[in-house]
Amino acid sequence: MIRMQPSVENAQAIADSDALAVERTLAGDRDAYRILVERHSGNVFRLAYRMTGNRPDAEEVVQEAFLRAYQKLGQFAARANFGTWVYRIAANYAIDRMRQRKKEEARKVEPAINEEGMENDPVARIEDAAPTPERLTQSVELRKQMKLALAALSHSERTAFVMRHWEGCAIEEIAEVLKSSSGAAKNTVFRAVQKLRLALQPFVGRETQARAMSTES
Amino acid sequence: MKHMTEEELIAYRESMSAQPAGVAEHLAECGECRGELQRIEAVLAALDALPIPDPGEDYGRRVWQKIAPRLTEKPARWWQAWLEPRWLLAATLIVAAFVAGRLTMIDRHRPPDVIANKEQIRERVLVVAVGEHLGRSEMMLVELSNVAPLDPAQKQVNIAAEQRRAEDLLEENRLYRQTALQEGDAGLASVLDELERVLLDVAHSPDQVTPAQLEKIRQKIEERGILFKVRVVGRELQEREKSTKPAPQDSSTKKEGNKA
Repeated sequence: MIRMQPSVENAQAIADSDALAVERTLAGDRDAYRILVERHSGNVFRLAYRMTGNRPDAEEVVQEAFLRAYQKLGQFAARANFGTWVYRIAANYAIDRMRQRKKEEARKVEPAINEEGMENDPVARIEDAAPTPERLTQSVELRKQMKLALAALSHSERTAFVMRHWEGCAIEEIAEVLKSSSGAAKNTVFRAVQKLRLALQPFVGRETQARAMSTES
Repeated sequence: MKHMTEEELIAYRESMSAQPAGVAEHLAECGECRGELQRIEAVLAALDALPIPDPGEDYGRRVWQKIAPRLTEKPARWWQAWLEPRWLLAATLIVAAFVAGRLTMIDRHRPPDVIANKEQIRERVLVVAVGEHLGRSEMMLVELSNVAPLDPAQKQVNIAAEQRRAEDLLEENRLYRQTALQEGDAGLASVLDELERVLLDVAHSPDQVTPAQLEKIRQKIEERGILFKVRVVGRELQEREKSTKPAPQDSSTKKEGNKA
């Protein structure tokens, strides 16, 4: 898991300082909210980028998450960790954004084959891509396949995977965002990893082999 | 030797295993499972290497500049959140139940027909609201049962619209189930509980499903007989609604009342 875990003392100091900033914001000091935005924007951006897969959407998610958090700040007062709370708001909005994006894309009538002669459906591209051994040795190709495999996950699967694998969130946190039980959230993580494995294992295996061969020679 | 399933290995890798020590012990002895875990790890490690653009050191400041003009003077206090429609609905139902309870106590000294009328009105409000909710749920389930790929060769079917509706219905359903429980209507609460499970299943299905997955969802709905139960309860509620409607006053009685 990649999420940077601050030391216990450091995390407590941040939480205390966040709580103070929240109190001051609620008392009408708008500049105090600025501290919270500046402190947590980077983390929220990382989550949003992994969920949406593109920078413009991720930036929109970050802004919207902080706007929504501000509007609902009164409900936060009794809670302990502003960072976790704004994270959840961002994850929820990212799901909405992905859904909206999908609808927008569905409305556009896309030709089945694009200008480069490739199929536009990402799922079809994953299944039908038959890269040559030369291309397989290039990590660029693998990167492309990974992006496609992530894009082929459902919103819930991608959210669960990102929150668990990359952000190290607790299953209960994921369940809250997905509005499901903990068991269902766990199953969604399983499903996501299984799908990613199915789509990527052939490429990962071949690339590892190719790398080993080039090291030997 | 019994090998680990893929799910058990993923759970172990993602720190979700209920018995990590048991899995670790097995892995130490079983080369086959170790190999399988390494293959899973190789895929995850490759994904970990996907780059994330650096938004820059001044990113937080830029976010603030963008959102600052859109912030109100003061954030909403907790009680203002209760003005959101869904909380208003919940609050109305709770207040209605409380007021009805109080009225029942006061009404002990009142003539029985006046008490009955108030009870009927209170029940009618709940009956109408739940009836409409069941109607909408039935419609969504029927539509889901009728979803079919446009082309028989189609690999995926889009059920995003049904999924979205199931999510909305899920929230309402929870409120009605809790209210039914508070009102002591165990039968209605039980059907709403079953409906909730189906709605949860639909809400958390992938947006795009294969015809086989769709068939599985349909089978689950059929096995639980939820569509039938929703229809039966919906009809019962319609009957209850009719019986709780205040009877039109007889014209002769009205005249006599006026005279009096």
